[in-house]
Amino acid sequence: MSCQCSGGCGAAGDSEKFAELDRFITELLSRGEPPERRRGNLIQILHRAQHIFGYLPEEVQKFVAERLDLPRAEIYGVISFYSYFTDQPVGRYKINVCTGTACFVKGAPKVLDEFKRQLNIREGESTPDGKFFLGALRCVGACSLAPVVMVNERVYGNMTADKVAGILAECTD
Amino acid sequence: MDINLTINGQPVSVKAGSTILEAAEKLDIRIPTLCHLKMDCFHVDHRSASCRVCVVEVKGRPNLAPACSTPVAEGMEVKTNSLRAINARRTMLDLLLSDHPKDCLICPKNLHCQLQSLAQELGLHQLLFKGEQSTYNRDLSSNAIARDLDKCIMCRRCETACNTIQTVGVLSAVGRGFQAVVAPAGLKPLAETECVFCGQCVQACPVGALSEIDCKYPVWRALNDPTKTVVVQTAPAVRVAIGECFGMEPGSISTGKLVHALQMLGFDKVFDTDWAADLTIMEETTELIERIKKNEKLPILTSCCPGWVKFLEHQFPDLIYMPSSAKSPQQMFGAIAKSYYAQKIGVEPKDMVVVSVMPCLSKKYEASREEFSHDGVRDVDIVISTRELADMIREAGIRFDQLEDRPYDSPLGESTGAAVIFGATGGVLEAALRTAADWITGEDVKAIDFEAVRGLEGIKEATVKVGDLELRAAVCSGLGNARKLLERIRRGEAHYHAIEIMACPGGCLNGGGQPYHGGDETILAKRLEALYRADRDLPIRKSHENPSIQKIYEEFLGEPGSHAAHKLLHTTYTPRKN
Amino acid sequence: MRIDTTRTLRDLAGEIASRPHPPVKISVSMGTCGIAAGTGPVLEALRTAVAERHLENAVEISEVGCMGLCYAEPVLMVSSNDGSHRLIYGDVTPQQIPAILDAGVDSIAPGTRTIERNWYYPEWETPAPGELQARIVLRNTGRLCPENLEEYLASDGYAALGKVLDTMTPQEVIDLITASGLRGRGGGGFPTGKKWQFAAARQSDEKFIICNADEGDPGAFMDRAVLEGDPHAVLEAMAIGGYAIGAHTGVIYIRAEYPLAVKRLEIAIEQAHERGLLGKNIFNSGFDFDIQIKFGAGAFVCGEETALIHSIEGKRGEPTVKPPFPADKGLWEKPTVVNNVETYACIAAIVRKGAEWFRSIGTEGSPGTKVFALAGKVAKVGLAEVPMGTTLRTIIYEIGDGIRNNRQFKAVQTGGPSGGCITAANLDLPIDYEALKKIGSMMGSGGMIVMDEDDCMVNIAKFFLEFTLDESCGKCTPCRIGNRRMYEMLDDITSGRGTPETIEKLKMLSATIKDTALCGLGQTAPNPVLSTLANFEEEYMAHVRDSRCPAGVCSKLIRYEITDRCVGCGICLRHCPVHCISGERKMRHLIDQERCIKCGVCFQSCRFHAVEKR
Repeated sequence: MSCQCSGGCGAAGDSEKFAELDRFITELLSRGEPPERRRGNLIQILHRAQHIFGYLPEEVQKFVAERLDLPRAEIYGVISFYSYFTDQPVGRYKINVCTGTACFVKGAPKVLDEFKRQLNIREGESTPDGKFFLGALRCVGACSLAPVVMVNERVYGNMTADKVAGILAECTD
Repeated sequence: MDINLTINGQPVSVKAGSTILEAAEKLDIRIPTLCHLKMDCFHVDHRSASCRVCVVEVKGRPNLAPACSTPVAEGMEVKTNSLRAINARRTMLDLLLSDHPKDCLICPKNLHCQLQSLAQELGLHQLLFKGEQSTYNRDLSSNAIARDLDKCIMCRRCETACNTIQTVGVLSAVGRGFQAVVAPAGLKPLAETECVFCGQCVQACPVGALSEIDCKYPVWRALNDPTKTVVVQTAPAVRVAIGECFGMEPGSISTGKLVHALQMLGFDKVFDTDWAADLTIMEETTELIERIKKNEKLPILTSCCPGWVKFLEHQFPDLIYMPSSAKSPQQMFGAIAKSYYAQKIGVEPKDMVVVSVMPCLSKKYEASREEFSHDGVRDVDIVISTRELADMIREAGIRFDQLEDRPYDSPLGESTGAAVIFGATGGVLEAALRTAADWITGEDVKAIDFEAVRGLEGIKEATVKVGDLELRAAVCSGLGNARKLLERIRRGEAHYHAIEIMACPGGCLNGGGQPYHGGDETILAKRLEALYRADRDLPIRKSHENPSIQKIYEEFLGEPGSHAAHKLLHTTYTPRKN
Repeated sequence: MRIDTTRTLRDLAGEIASRPHPPVKISVSMGTCGIAAGTGPVLEALRTAVAERHLENAVEISEVGCMGLCYAEPVLMVSSNDGSHRLIYGDVTPQQIPAILDAGVDSIAPGTRTIERNWYYPEWETPAPGELQARIVLRNTGRLCPENLEEYLASDGYAALGKVLDTMTPQEVIDLITASGLRGRGGGGFPTGKKWQFAAARQSDEKFIICNADEGDPGAFMDRAVLEGDPHAVLEAMAIGGYAIGAHTGVIYIRAEYPLAVKRLEIAIEQAHERGLLGKNIFNSGFDFDIQIKFGAGAFVCGEETALIHSIEGKRGEPTVKPPFPADKGLWEKPTVVNNVETYACIAAIVRKGAEWFRSIGTEGSPGTKVFALAGKVAKVGLAEVPMGTTLRTIIYEIGDGIRNNRQFKAVQTGGPSGGCITAANLDLPIDYEALKKIGSMMGSGGMIVMDEDDCMVNIAKFFLEFTLDESCGKCTPCRIGNRRMYEMLDDITSGRGTPETIEKLKMLSATIKDTALCGLGQTAPNPVLSTLANFEEEYMAHVRDSRCPAGVCSKLIRYEITDRCVGCGICLRHCPVHCISGERKMRHLIDQERCIKCGVCFQSCRFHAVEKR
């Protein structure tokens, strides 16, 4: 299936991704909900779309808007509301520092500051080379290991600022 | 069932389901509001209860209650004027102002700003709180609507106007917390969205976050350029509203004063869009009768309203064959002014400046559409709103309300009652019916008041007996209503011969460029009444009986629907994929 | 096989229970925090060792949910099949596995750490006198394999649903829950029976019952533990609630950050469907009930029920004014009940054991138990389920084993960012909903963060407010702008720009925000500020009056100075990242205060304690 978006995404990889998203949406919508309730699938669809594309670029938003027959502004309103969604590409290594209360009182801010300093980016940004993303999470529920840092799926417990350089060094493509 | 309660000790009984605010209104107790917008005539009830300015004390409730959205209950004891409520209200205002630019003196909504008047009402002279203020780039991308989000107070009234009432869906709350603001997808400039520039958001905005793109200066410049012949046209709805800007009673018909003021401003000729409205009826009615005869492309949809046309192009591209190909009166006027009239007075089109005074912001956009210019010369050069004209009149030191009436110039100034009602929802259809009835029956039909298509109701239907024909017509104002109707047509559930559609609820009298009504629907009712009064009082009430129109066909255009007419007076539409 | 009558259920449960089991069972804690702490490799090592020694018939390995002993993860429990012996090992490494297998249930493996058992199962055992914990919510969590429906069935699983459908009318169910005095465990403590009654009373062609699993309170993870450890308990309770109010659809709204919980719920729903415990005509009663899972996407405010409903509807999770309450107009404008995970986890036990039994635990006004997530500066971090009315001292000092590193207790924050801090003065207060409210805090979801003398209370208040700022939906003025201004004022205070007037304004604005904000998040946002002000005003005053942070946390207010203990070794000078320390070798060094960034490296690196923090 070719890409349905009117934007400039001509890449073959993209058309496969759109096809995958399309199948997912079709399956969700085939459950026979009344039309006014179809929008109830929006968050699920955005989760899947972000999983497929890595982020939610304009073309994807447009695609979802058309499939659910919702205004694009509303889709964007939803995306910008939930911290899980992003319309910007993110780095391959997603570094998330837990800043939940337990981690906070045990020194998470210092760890976060050290990542910012070493990567020279702010919270919520990715490095220009697309390698690292730095974010802060609220409580990953591993309070016993506080402070905690997650790099993609991997959890590093009992973090200190000293360990930051080591973690970054472990991230090799 | 009635509910009994007391407000500030005074007993009152109101219908169950009423709010504290409504109960207070019954007692003439004012509770200030800001985000609230209720217009029953359009079924608008925006109560996001987000500004918290209307909070009152309710006995037994631990926190304060927003009066706009708290239903009354039996035995409720409300206090609107306790120190606690007053302090809370002042703090809300203080907080709003702490994140709001204080450049009121030069704000486009100066003196029309509800935040400003609240600050005055609550006697706020000192601000307790200060801190970070939101900063955004101003959006001047479109040539119709200006957005200054630094001033947005998140009342979300524009969102209701755009999404709920108009179903255009360009605006949404974006982001969250302190960063939350109302904006299009991706924070894009309006020009890059499906915005139709109806300007209902501008009418809804209580502050200076939304306003029109100001075109007064280009008008002043043209007026002061000796090489230019500057002609002006005034839309029907302007004459029944502009007086409000000068303290006149809403519903005053100030046509003569309007002409006088424009002459004093220095326009070379003051003409009337009403004249072009009559011309529109000639072309559109011809097309209607033709389509009925051939039984094709029915229903015919009116095409006077640029907001509606753009809405159709974006949202119903499959129905793009339906609207009449006739240009809107504004564009017909421009085309004739720069051909027929320019020739007549021996002026090169490039040396003529056509200015429109419109109740509308979308007309600014319409005039800039590519198909409405030739060799770099636009048919209509500058469009200003009713409000902008009022500003110019004030700037020029003219006492509008004191002016003597003067008549429009000739030849593009003569018009009929059929034209003036273009300013109200249903007016275009009624005007067309008057002409169609005469043309189809070949008689001078006397019953020309089509009451069924009048009034502010969003969708009206009428079946009119014209000769042997049962003409089924519908009138629709507000794009949300238009969407409903069009979806029925698309599904084959509705069958009409003709449908009038206006983007703004109530029609042009409630246009985005009209004096701010601030949600007061009585003002709109008075404008509406005034338009029909103007119609009644005019000697000629059918477009085809306008002698100046008859003359232009004789001299210049030939027959309605002729080749010459098509070249100048008709247009095409473009499906616009989002 | 479909279980279509309660009799079949009973027979099956009996049959499962009587099946022969290996004499020894080893349970491995496979919750998120256990996995993060490394239970994966431990489980792997265990499996390998059992296989190598051909012990498949002697040892049963069970992957269970969180046992609540987070401080000791990885944790495993070795128990005898008859339940007579039980040993819990903490901080287990794969290397210890052979020794643990050698030791069996009768002896303790050398070189390991065992955990004393301090909890019991009220439905199976008589509590020993002096037991601190009582497990109702966590009755199966950490005990049963959450992915094995049979284990749940053998532990009276779905018996409550069977009892309800077989023998009770919907009104009887509501009456039972009302009589039990169960109150919503998500925060406000609204009586659950009353909530069900409202929704049941509404006439509607369709109703919904929702499980709020959007646990967003930083430092609270009991809901996750239940969902990961005992998913069927939630499903069963939702079906009971659905029957009571007349709903046929349940929706679980869960944080996307809980992938393991989602996976286990999905498995559980599928298993329940296969057995006919969800779906059409459950237990041949004519009652149909289905459950869908909907995801959150990172918005704390979606814990508020109207916001949660909007989120399920695919909208921005903004709260709306109540009334209308969800019981009138909830999901898709239909009557809806929203309860949280912990509330549901109590339901089946109440149905089986009765309202009287439930009321016998806890306090008069707040029957039952409450799960607390004990974290912060406490020695033993973990989940504790205690009867309502237990004192904070018991929880912190007996279950939590006191403060880490022998520091001094300063305060404990309950109720997360909506709650307040409690000082030593109230450590002996028996806590329930009312008691916490009275002292300026709240139950909230049950996060309990312990703070010691090294924590600056102004900074803590600022931390919570920053959280609220980040999570505010931005709809109403007091929350959107007011909390921002509060934060800025706290920032002024912690940066030395505050004045006594700042504190006065802070108090005033706090009161107004409480009074005017639209939803619970906004209304409770000032609580951490108000309660720290009430209990630690002197600490605030020290910041603004003396430009001093007594806890030495607020970096702008602290100075590092080198005392005459300095021997001039030069270590601090070499470590200082901004080179603001000067001094000759063997001479006392000096810090240039203008250039110092207060990073504290000199303080940490000095071996002679010559750098002082002031």
